[in-house]
Amino acid sequence: MSQLIEIRWHARAGQGAVTAAKLVADTALLGGSYIQAMPEYGPERTGAPLKAYTRISEDPIELHNNITNPSIVVVLDDTLLDGVDVVEGLLEGGTVVLNTSLSVEEVREKLGVGDDVKIAVVDASGIAMDTIKRDIPNTPIVGALSKVTGVVPLDLVKERLLETFGKKFAQEMIDANLESVDRAYEEVRFA
Amino acid sequence: MAEHKAFSATGNQMVAEAMRQVDPDVMAAYPITPQTTIVENYAKYVANGLVHTEFVTVESEHSAMSACVGASAAGARVATATASQGLALMWEELYIAAGMRTPIVMANANRALSAPINIHGDHSDVMGARDSGWIMLFAETAQEAYDNTVISFRIAEDERVLLPVMTTLDGFITSHAMERCVLEDDQVVKDFVGEYTPAHPLLNDEAPVGHGMFAFGDSYMKYRLAVRRANMGALPVVEEYGKAWAEICGRPFDLVETWGAEDADYLVVCLGSAAGIARHVCRALREEGVRAGVVRPRVYRPFPAEQVAAACKNAKAIAVLDRADAIGASHAPLCADVVGSLFDAGITVPVKNYVFGLGGADVPVSQVETVYRDLAAVADGTSDTTLGFLGM
Repeated sequence: MSQLIEIRWHARAGQGAVTAAKLVADTALLGGSYIQAMPEYGPERTGAPLKAYTRISEDPIELHNNITNPSIVVVLDDTLLDGVDVVEGLLEGGTVVLNTSLSVEEVREKLGVGDDVKIAVVDASGIAMDTIKRDIPNTPIVGALSKVTGVVPLDLVKERLLETFGKKFAQEMIDANLESVDRAYEEVRFA
Repeated sequence: MAEHKAFSATGNQMVAEAMRQVDPDVMAAYPITPQTTIVENYAKYVANGLVHTEFVTVESEHSAMSACVGASAAGARVATATASQGLALMWEELYIAAGMRTPIVMANANRALSAPINIHGDHSDVMGARDSGWIMLFAETAQEAYDNTVISFRIAEDERVLLPVMTTLDGFITSHAMERCVLEDDQVVKDFVGEYTPAHPLLNDEAPVGHGMFAFGDSYMKYRLAVRRANMGALPVVEEYGKAWAEICGRPFDLVETWGAEDADYLVVCLGSAAGIARHVCRALREEGVRAGVVRPRVYRPFPAEQVAAACKNAKAIAVLDRADAIGASHAPLCADVVGSLFDAGITVPVKNYVFGLGGADVPVSQVETVYRDLAAVADGTSDTTLGFLGM
């Protein structure tokens, strides 16, 4: 059986984590993979901490449960680090991608994880404000995820975004989203 | 068989798509929580003119099923969807739908019943309907929810059956999770289900009939026996249409799906999405040399007793995982059926019953692994077999 990639998303409701979880899944599907994407349903209040999940595999996915041992964790809001154990169950050699203006070292210390965990930081909110003009870090963070983990190639992410946004949004908005992905891909720092 | 473009969809979307392709005459539904997006999506198809269905919004689920029964008795092809407390509120009409032999197809996203207030995934709602006379199908995946929904119309409307069919998928776990799916062409589905010719429509002045009449004990009992016979006799019909659809779409259909059951020492029997987790665990256990397997009835009513017994006959110990309880009984619903099937077949393997995953409680791999590991003690008689709550 080929490798199953499990991604857990941590965010606050309203930041678009579910959309991002689906974007990554849809991108992988575009590349021919089997996928799963789902939120962990709870009280739906804007600002409440939430989790979402993405699974990617070359084989049909049989698991139908929450992801408790992810190889990748994405954090869309660094204020969650104070209240949520985002690295809980993270597999050895796993990766954490964060939307933050903290440095890799600062995050590593805050999370209390060693060098075996790859930490990647990007100011996805700042990039979103610059490009999309709203603090919706979900699209840019996928660019960072692509660079750091390679789970989905950048060109496929953009192809998928075009497919989704093409029907609904003005060209200006589409360009802003694509630019945000490119910028996060370039600006992400990791170690 | 045509190659179809894979796309992502939730189980709800897939059921809605199947219903769109079938394009029933009437859908009556209550559009508020705990209703699912099956009905929401379908309302859009109606609004966008993609279907010719008369969409009836009603003031409760009780009325929804009443309207479905009326429309079906009149001679319409009828579909609807519900979940959780909504299905519970339909209880009275479920029996009427089956007793009047109205071939309604209803999707149910299997969910919990309050209290405490909860509409998350489990089988509490659907198990309340199990004795009503409806045919009940359980899907493991979004794709299977689609396939089951397509075949439901043929099963319900077949003159050997003429019973309503509930096509179910696990609430949230399958209904709201996005998976890779494919759709068959609209025309393929339309050809498969065919034009609907009602068997005994009310709206036919050349052959007047009555529906929903009063009956005393003498005739009432005959009617109820007829419902039982129709339901029990539906098993080969379910298989026939399941296999016919499998032939078209290339996805296999078995009344009871098994994995490794032939030589397994330890078996898990379960319904719906949990079977995938069990298979995942089995693969890992097999690598260690533990002979583990899974048995999953895809149809629950009528219960495929002989097939389940045949699949279980070589096991040393069996765990039955129930996503609903039957409080006050020694066994939860599925286990009672399994134990009865084994007893009738003269199989005396020890069976341990677990209630699990209630109200959306997560079912981690480790939990299912524990079930298999504990079966060794069940097999040698050192573990008791009274019903347990998994993870509690």
